[in-house]
Amino acid sequence: MLLIPCPWCGPRAEIEYRYGGQAHVAYPPEPAALTDAEWAAYLFLRDNPKGPFAERWCHAAGCRRWFNVLRDTATHEIHFSYRAGERP
Amino acid sequence: MTRLATGGRIDRSAPLTFTFDGAPYTGYQGDTLASALLAAGVRTVATSIRYGRPRGIFAAGVEEPNALVEVDGEPMATATTVELRDGLTARSLTGRGRLTAPDDQADQAGHDRMHAHCDVLVVGAGPAGLTAALEAGRTGARVIVVDERTEAGGTLLETRDLVGDAPALAWVAAATGLLAELPEVRVLTRTTALGRYDDGYVVAAERRGSRGRLWRIRAAEVVLATGAHERPLVFAGNDLPGVMLAGAARAYANRYAVLPGRRAVVFTTDDSAYAAAAELAEAGLEIAAVVDPRPGGGPDTAFEVLAGHVVAGATGTAEVTGVRVAGREIACDLVLVCGGWNPVAHLYGQAGGRLRYDDDLACFVPEGTAGRCRVVGAAAGEFSLAGCLGEEPRPGPPAAPVWLVPGDEPGYDTHFVDLQRDVTVADIEAALATGMTSVEHVKRYTTAGTAHDQGKTSAVTAVGVISALRGVPMGDLGTTTFRPPYTPVSFALLAGRDRGVLHDPVLTTAMHPWHVARGAVFEDVGQWKRPHHYPGPGEDMAAAVLRECRAAREGVAAMDVSTLGKIDVQGPDAGEFLNRVYTNAFAKLPVGSCRYGVMCRADGMVFDDGVTMRLAPDRFLMSTTTGNAAAVLDWLEEWLQTEWPDLRVRCTSVTDQWAGVAVVGPRSRDVVAALAPGLVLDNAGFPFMTWRETDVPGAGGAARVARISFSGELAYEVYVPWWYGLALWEAVLAAGEPYGITPYGTETMHVLRAEKGYPIIGQDTDGTVTPVDLGLGWAVSKTKDFIGRRSLSRSDTSRPDRRQLVGLLPIDGEESLPEGAQLVEDPDVPVPVPMIGHVTSSYRSAALGATFALALVKGGRDRIGTTVFAPLGDRVVAARVADPVLYDKEGAHRDG
Repeated sequence: MLLIPCPWCGPRAEIEYRYGGQAHVAYPPEPAALTDAEWAAYLFLRDNPKGPFAERWCHAAGCRRWFNVLRDTATHEIHFSYRAGERP
Repeated sequence: MTRLATGGRIDRSAPLTFTFDGAPYTGYQGDTLASALLAAGVRTVATSIRYGRPRGIFAAGVEEPNALVEVDGEPMATATTVELRDGLTARSLTGRGRLTAPDDQADQAGHDRMHAHCDVLVVGAGPAGLTAALEAGRTGARVIVVDERTEAGGTLLETRDLVGDAPALAWVAAATGLLAELPEVRVLTRTTALGRYDDGYVVAAERRGSRGRLWRIRAAEVVLATGAHERPLVFAGNDLPGVMLAGAARAYANRYAVLPGRRAVVFTTDDSAYAAAAELAEAGLEIAAVVDPRPGGGPDTAFEVLAGHVVAGATGTAEVTGVRVAGREIACDLVLVCGGWNPVAHLYGQAGGRLRYDDDLACFVPEGTAGRCRVVGAAAGEFSLAGCLGEEPRPGPPAAPVWLVPGDEPGYDTHFVDLQRDVTVADIEAALATGMTSVEHVKRYTTAGTAHDQGKTSAVTAVGVISALRGVPMGDLGTTTFRPPYTPVSFALLAGRDRGVLHDPVLTTAMHPWHVARGAVFEDVGQWKRPHHYPGPGEDMAAAVLRECRAAREGVAAMDVSTLGKIDVQGPDAGEFLNRVYTNAFAKLPVGSCRYGVMCRADGMVFDDGVTMRLAPDRFLMSTTTGNAAAVLDWLEEWLQTEWPDLRVRCTSVTDQWAGVAVVGPRSRDVVAALAPGLVLDNAGFPFMTWRETDVPGAGGAARVARISFSGELAYEVYVPWWYGLALWEAVLAAGEPYGITPYGTETMHVLRAEKGYPIIGQDTDGTVTPVDLGLGWAVSKTKDFIGRRSLSRSDTSRPDRRQLVGLLPIDGEESLPEGAQLVEDPDVPVPVPMIGHVTSSYRSAALGATFALALVKGGRDRIGTTVFAPLGDRVVAARVADPVLYDKEGAHRDG
C-alpha cells in the first residue's frame, strides 16, 4: 500500500485516496470547436508510460482535495506531490 | 516412548490431552501437534494428494509439506506450527482440504486489526534479528520485532549452540531482557510477516486463538532476519515416513525433548547435519552412519562416515526401514537429510529484490537492499552464528550440492521434489521434454512449489533438478517469483471485525422505527434500508403493491423520501456552476422554484438526475438519486477543484440533515392543508415545480414544501430537520387518516414512475445511455455548454438506431417480462438471432389493469406500434412497443 504525501495533510496510506488518472489533461476550452477525433482523444486517450508519471489523486477520506503526484509506474516510487494549479 | 526424560522447552507438569484421527494422546504444554505426535510414536500423518502414499512429519516449522491437519474446524493447518492445547481435536487430511462447516456455522472468531508505525521493523527474532533490534533500539528508534515462533531465539531454540562459553539461550534471554527495557521496542511473538507491500508496509498475522490480530505495520526500514530453510535431498523413496530434515530432528530433540526415531542414517552435503547428528546421538539416537557425497566428507566426527557416497534409495513400504548405500543396505527407521540451506528471501523478493546464486554457498542470496528492506543473518547467506551476532563471520567450506541423486535403477518415479503436490523428477523431465526451459513454466506445468507450503522445501530444489537435468548453471535459471502470503492466512483474520452487520454501514432514516413496527419489507438502496412495500394481513408483495399504487392514484399515499441525496450548493457562481453540470439551464431559475435536471459524464452518458430547488440567488438545494449521493458530490468537487477553481461555489452534503415525506395522490392537497394550515395551496398560489417555506406545527415548526411529482399525481414533498422526521411522518399519517392515507414503498414508487415513463438512473440506464436515448432531449440545452455536450454530437451518439427507452405492453396482459430479458424482432430466424434491446423495468399496473415494462430498444421510438419478442427459454412473449408514457399522457392528474 502506497504512502502518498497529501500536500495539505502529509503522508497518508493509499486507502485514504481515490485515484484520478493522468494529470494535466485540461478540459478543452471550446469543446464545440474540436473534431470528433480530437474530442475522443480528450475523452479516452491517456499516456501509459513506464517510469515517471504525473497523475491526479484525491484525498477522499481526508481533506477531500485533488492534487498531483509524480509516481514511477515501474517502481511505485513517489517522487513528489504538488497542489492543483501549482508547479512542482 | 521417544520422549526424553529431561530437557526441552516443554512443561512436563502441564500434560495436555488431544485426539488425532479419533485416537487419544497426551503431550505437554510447549509441544506442537507434530512434536506430540512424534513423541507418541505416530509416524504416518497424511496420505499424499496424487498417489495416496503415506507421509510423515518432515520438518519442524512453517516449511512442513506433509503434516497438514484439520484442527478444531480449521480446514488446513500445519501440525508443525499448531501449538498443542488441552482438548485439541485434529484429523489428518487425505487429499485436498475441505471446508466442512455448514454455512450457518461459519468461523465466528473475532479477530482484530492493528495499525502500527515504526522506524525499524525486524522480521525474525533469531540471533541476527535480536542483534539488529538491539542495535536499532539503543539509538532510541521505535522498533517492532515480529517472530513466528512462540518465543524469541529462532533456531537457537532448536540447537545446543554456545555463545561464548554459555548456552546460546542465555544470550537470547539477555537480549530479550535488554529489549524489554527499551520503551520504544515492541516484540511480537507468534506473529508471522505475511507480505511486504509498497513503502515499507508489512502485514503480519498474530496468532492468539480465536482472537488473532492482523498487524498492518508501516516501517521506515524493514530488517529481514528471516533465517534459512533446510533443503531436502532428492533420491529414490525420499518421501517415506521417517525421512526428515536433519535440522528438524535436531529441533524435536532439543526444543521438544522428542526423538523422532531410534536409529538414523544421516545423508548430508552440509556440515550442519554433523552437529545435528552429534546432538541427537547425545540425546540417545543411534547414528548408523553419515553418508556424505563430498569426497572428503565433513568435519571430524565419531560416526562412521561414508564419504563420496550417496543414499541410492530408501527402502520400506509403509515407512522407511533402511537405505541402500554403496551396494549395501543399512537398517534404520530415520533418514536425516540435509542438502544445504535456502535463505528465506520471500519478503525481499516481494519487495522486488534480486537474488544472486552464490556458488560457494550453493543458494540464492539477496543482493543488496530492496524497497526499504535490508537482509541480515542466514537470510543474507550468513550461516555462521558468529556472523549473525555481528562478530567476525566464520564461513564454512565451499558447498558441493547434489541436486539429484541417481538411484540403483533408472527412472525417477519416486524421486520427490514437491512432497505436497506429489511432483517427482519424472514430472520435471516430462515438462522439460515438452520444450519448457523457464523455471516459471516448469512450475506451472508440474505445479511444483504451488501448494499450501508455497514451495519452501521444493522451489529451489526444483531449480536444482532442472539444472542437473539440463546441465545449465543455477544462476542462469534463477528462482520463481515470491508472492504474499508467506504462510497461509485465514479469511476470518483478514476480515477481522468487518463482517456481518459491521461489513458495511447501515443507514436508516428518522422514520425507520415506524417502518419496522409496521412490518415493512426492506430493500437495500446503497447503504440505506428503504421500505420496499408494507404488506397488510395476509397480503403478498403483488397484492400490497397493487393496493399501494391504487391509493396513490385514487386517494392519497405517503412515502419516506429522506434517503434522497441532498447537496447544498452555495456561492455567487452557484447558478453558473449548475448550468455547467446539468444538461439544462439553472442560472435563471427563480428563487422559490424547482427544476428537474440531468447530469452527464464527459462522454455524454447519463450519470444522475434529480430536482433542484433555488433557495436564494446564491444557494441551491440539489437532490440526487439515493444510491448516487456521494458520487455526485465527488463529481461536483472534482470539477470545482480541478477545472473551475475560479468559480466561487461550495458544496456540502445535507442528505441526513433533512427528512422528507412525499404526499401523493388526488387527496394530497387536503392532507397538506391539514398538515400546514398556513400554506396557500391552490394551483395559482402554489404552482407545480415551486416550493414554499411554511409551518408544520406537528413536526417542530419550520418546513419546506415542494410541489414535485414522481408519479404524475398531484403531490407534495415536505422536508423538516432530520430530528423531526418521525414526528413529520406521524403528522402526515394523522392528517391523512380521514382520507385513508396509505404508506407505500419503493416498489410502488417504481411502478408509478414507470407508468409515467420516468426513468430511474442505474435501473433503466447502464452508462451507455444518453439523455436523448431516454427521451429527455427536452432537458438538453441547445444554447449553453455543459459537461458531455460535445459527446452528444459525436457520430455514435447521434446514430438513429441507438437504443431508446420505450414502453412495452405484453400482448397477454398477464405475462410479466423479466427485467433483463433480451428482445428480438423475429424469434423464428436461425441463430444467432440479432438482439435489438432488453427489458429494464417490469411491473404489474393497477391503473392499466395489465403488466407493462420499460425497455431500451434499437431505434425504439420508430418501432412504436410494432411487436417485439422476448424469448424466455421455454416460451416466447410478444409485446407491443409503446410510448414510455403509458398513463395520463396529457398530465391531467398533475394539478389534482
